[in-house]
Amino acid sequence: MPTDAVRADDPALADRAATWVGAYVHIPFCRRVCPYCDFAVVEGPGDLRAPYLEALKAEIAADQPFGGPLDAVHLGGGTPTSLDPAALGAVLAGLASRFGLADDAEVSIEANPEDLDAPTAEGLAAAGFNRVSLGVQSFDPAVLASLGRRHSPEQAGAAIAIARTSFASVNVDLIFGAVGESARSWESSVQRAVDAGIDHLSAYALTVERGTPLARAVLAGAPAPDPDDQADKYLAAESIAAASGLVRYETSNYARNGHACRYNLLTWAHGEYAAFGNGAHRHRDGRRSWNLRRVDRYVERSPAAVVAGEEQLDAWGRDVERVLVGLRRTAGVVPGIAGAALAGSAAGERLIAAGVLHAVADRLQVIRPLLGDEVGRALLALEPPPIG
Amino acid sequence: MPTRPHRSAVTDTSRIRNFSIIAHIDHGKSTLADRLLERTGALDVREMREQVLDSMDLERERGITIKAQAVRLAYRSPSRGDYVLNLIDTPGHVDFTYEVSRSLAACEGAILLVDAAQGVEAQTLANAYLAVEGGLEIIAVLNKLDLPAADPDRVEEEIASVLGIDPDTVLRVSAKTGEGVDALLEAIIDRLPPPQGSPEAPLRALVFDSYYDSYRGVVCYVRVSEGTMGTGDRLRFMVSGEDLPADEVGVLTPKAVPVAALGPGEVGYLITGVKEIGRIKVGDTVTRRDHPATVAMPGYREPKPMVFSGLFPTDGDDFERLREALERLKLNDAALQWEPESSRALGFGFRCGFLGLLHMEIVRERLEREYDLDLVATAPSVGFQVVLTDGREVEIKSPQDLPEPTARREIREPLFRVMIITPTEFTGTVMELLREHRGVMGEMQYLSPERVELIYRVPLAEIVFGFFDQLKSRTRGYASLDYEPDGYATSDLVRVEILLNGTPVDAFSAIVHKDKAYTYGKKLVERLREIIPRQLFDVPIQAAIGSRIIARETVKAKRKDVIAKCYGGDITRKKKLLEKQKEGKKRMKMLGSVEVPQEAFIAVLQVDAD
Ligand SMILES: Nc1nc2c(ncn2[C@@H]2O[C@H](COP(=O)(O)OP(=O)(O)OP(=O)(O)O)[C@@H](O)[C@H]2O)c(=O)[nH]1
Ligand code: SF4
Ligand SMILES: [Mg+2]
Repeated sequence: MPTDAVRADDPALADRAATWVGAYVHIPFCRRVCPYCDFAVVEGPGDLRAPYLEALKAEIAADQPFGGPLDAVHLGGGTPTSLDPAALGAVLAGLASRFGLADDAEVSIEANPEDLDAPTAEGLAAAGFNRVSLGVQSFDPAVLASLGRRHSPEQAGAAIAIARTSFASVNVDLIFGAVGESARSWESSVQRAVDAGIDHLSAYALTVERGTPLARAVLAGAPAPDPDDQADKYLAAESIAAASGLVRYETSNYARNGHACRYNLLTWAHGEYAAFGNGAHRHRDGRRSWNLRRVDRYVERSPAAVVAGEEQLDAWGRDVERVLVGLRRTAGVVPGIAGAALAGSAAGERLIAAGVLHAVADRLQVIRPLLGDEVGRALLALEPPPIG
Repeated sequence: MPTRPHRSAVTDTSRIRNFSIIAHIDHGKSTLADRLLERTGALDVREMREQVLDSMDLERERGITIKAQAVRLAYRSPSRGDYVLNLIDTPGHVDFTYEVSRSLAACEGAILLVDAAQGVEAQTLANAYLAVEGGLEIIAVLNKLDLPAADPDRVEEEIASVLGIDPDTVLRVSAKTGEGVDALLEAIIDRLPPPQGSPEAPLRALVFDSYYDSYRGVVCYVRVSEGTMGTGDRLRFMVSGEDLPADEVGVLTPKAVPVAALGPGEVGYLITGVKEIGRIKVGDTVTRRDHPATVAMPGYREPKPMVFSGLFPTDGDDFERLREALERLKLNDAALQWEPESSRALGFGFRCGFLGLLHMEIVRERLEREYDLDLVATAPSVGFQVVLTDGREVEIKSPQDLPEPTARREIREPLFRVMIITPTEFTGTVMELLREHRGVMGEMQYLSPERVELIYRVPLAEIVFGFFDQLKSRTRGYASLDYEPDGYATSDLVRVEILLNGTPVDAFSAIVHKDKAYTYGKKLVERLREIIPRQLFDVPIQAAIGSRIIARETVKAKRKDVIAKCYGGDITRKKKLLEKQKEGKKRMKMLGSVEVPQEAFIAVLQVDAD
């Protein structure tokens, strides 16, 4: 890791990712839940940390290995760094012993800037993590405050510097379009991030998710993020990143050559991944399934009883899904049956005419990613072809 | 002479009273019917609920009566023995006046109910006149005596002065508490005449309503005038010439109860087993084949629709289902009229004629609910008469049918005689409103020192859309309104067309007065800009008269429509979200390459061009 020193949006790389396998581990604890967040998280570790780690180990040990070792591991949350490096290392060791870990595997972990001091970073690196993803969100104190984040811009800068000495690849997460954020503020956040020498950038538009404190505030009359403002900021981020050699390879992700996130690539390539922890989603043997969302229930149950639901698709449904997720990549997808049906449909033709979708002989691409959901809806509206 | 086996089974006419309850909207007709049902023990406590005769969901949701409803009551008078009362509860809203006239035609008497707090209102007068014209005996009854605001003495005066009813004969009740209802029941048998008609005469029974039952086919509501009709009789429908058997004859108590026979003056239902709609029509006369009558009863005048609107299935494949639904609904809504229509924008549908906007809304909702259809309704329009350059006259029901200016000599629009009753303090305001709506003053009459009746001649197009709401808001709800057709007049009218993305959309065009065309066009395009969602490209919306553009707005192209993140590989959730949004889109109509939500088609209604 990271071995593929090609451009992050390289089509061959994108397609090869379909053969990789990965594992996701969810760490649900956060010191304080951010007002816009609707992940499966709980506030404060409380006394659930030890039983949670036990449950994770049990779930990992009870799972079936893939045909080959893991190409990508991702510890997300929540805030994984709410647990100490040794405990996180033990989870990783559990994965490695059950599934095997490829020599060049990407082993990634999410961290909040306020948690990543030098000893923690070294501890994580020693435990086997080679990529870190920092939840920086913004370099503007006012925006950080409005997002309910607890770190300062200075802490973020320091965390990036520390990360660069300990990890082979460093990602920064930024969020744009919070109400009150000016264009200048956003642009300087992006600039500071790339100037800090990061390898990878995830820039997400703030979305109002149902049931969050943010959604309640908007319902009560607070201003909602403005989609036009977010469109401007999206384009600004894209050009600032490009000027620093970070190529957009997925709707919201940018990387230097050789630093495209493997776990990301395999997700969008419709690849398979195991998943552990409360609310975790997996994709195995052509089936998607997900765990119970509540931490206390997850901890109580035996590994066989934590699955909350599953989705089994027929061949058409799978192909639709392959195209749906694949089209999030700049590299696009091999059209296949669903892609060809999309390109040939009336809605597809409208999208092509509007310059949203691009179809050449063996490739289908979304060239205006800001309108990607238009394409997604058109794809899901297609009738399956008649059998035979 | 054929035998008449039912003679003994039928009720003696001297023991029957048939009456309708008529009133202005909300004066308490259905609530009074509740009390009458209760006093006569028609329903037990468990079955009873408020306005029990308003049985349609839509009636209950809106708290108004839409359909007249007949019910047979067995009344035992403390002093005079047993009687059969056939009561018809009627709707009060002006759109359903046709239901009232049909009901009155089946009765000898009417209870004219007047809210003792509100006093005489426009439909009080309109319906009272209908009863007088029909030669019915009227019992005037003041209702809502329990209300602190009730002023029965004043209202009695009004009734006396406007309708010439002797104040001593006016009864007082509270339909809510039941006070005065016993006296009313006695007055009904005392003062209303029994029906005439001999049981020996050849059968003549009028079909005054019907509905379609999916098990039993067409069910007719009939009132027998002469002769008898019993289960098993071989019947003839005199107008259509259909010969059908009486599979079942019964009465509504309000539950359907089969009986051996119905005699003169009796009201009930008839099932012939016929399933083909169209073989039976409301207004037909039923007779017996073994002893036929020679002359049919007068039947009903087809009501003239006031407004027209196109109904189109959202899914073009539902066209035939819509036709069938309209045919079935027509059985239960004789005022509904339609003919096929095609629109460049909306495909195949039907141009429907309605008695007013409420009627239009109700029909559309009933079609969607009772027949599970998803419909687009286009902007309602009144009908026009057009004189062509060659002197021929044509009727047009849709703005898109208006001949080009070079092909027509003049356009005539329908006028209405409008009657408004208002407290005198609002006289000036109401006159102003009528002037804004191109009204011409007719008469003015004081009902009392505090209340005045204004009669105006107003173009129909000015009163069917939104006028009533404006009247209510400017008079704080105190004015009431009634209207009836009053000829046509030449008028300076133009067609305002709407162009979406440069293409005219026939379903959006409207015929409006020249002086109002500019404001109308401007407001409509503004409204459409709000309603039409942003698309992949800029969508210009223009209003035009002929080739002249009079207003323009643009729906800016959508720039961002993408969910930034997929949490921890939760693809299922993303798909669900997209699926849900997709369903929302399904309810939109594609006009060229523009997606238009259904409510855009009635946006015209929300445009107030004054
Ligand atoms: N206080 C009081 N309220 C009454 C009385 N009679 C009816 N109401 C109320 O007046 C409202 C209208 O009553 P309805 O019986 O639905 O009136 P309606 O004349 O049948 O109305 P439409 O069928 O829509 O014309 C309801 O809220 C009743 O509860 C009464 O005697 N006293
Ligand atoms: S830190 Fe991240 S996971 Fe935790 S509450 Fe905030 S946004 Fe959610
Ligand atoms: Mg009623």
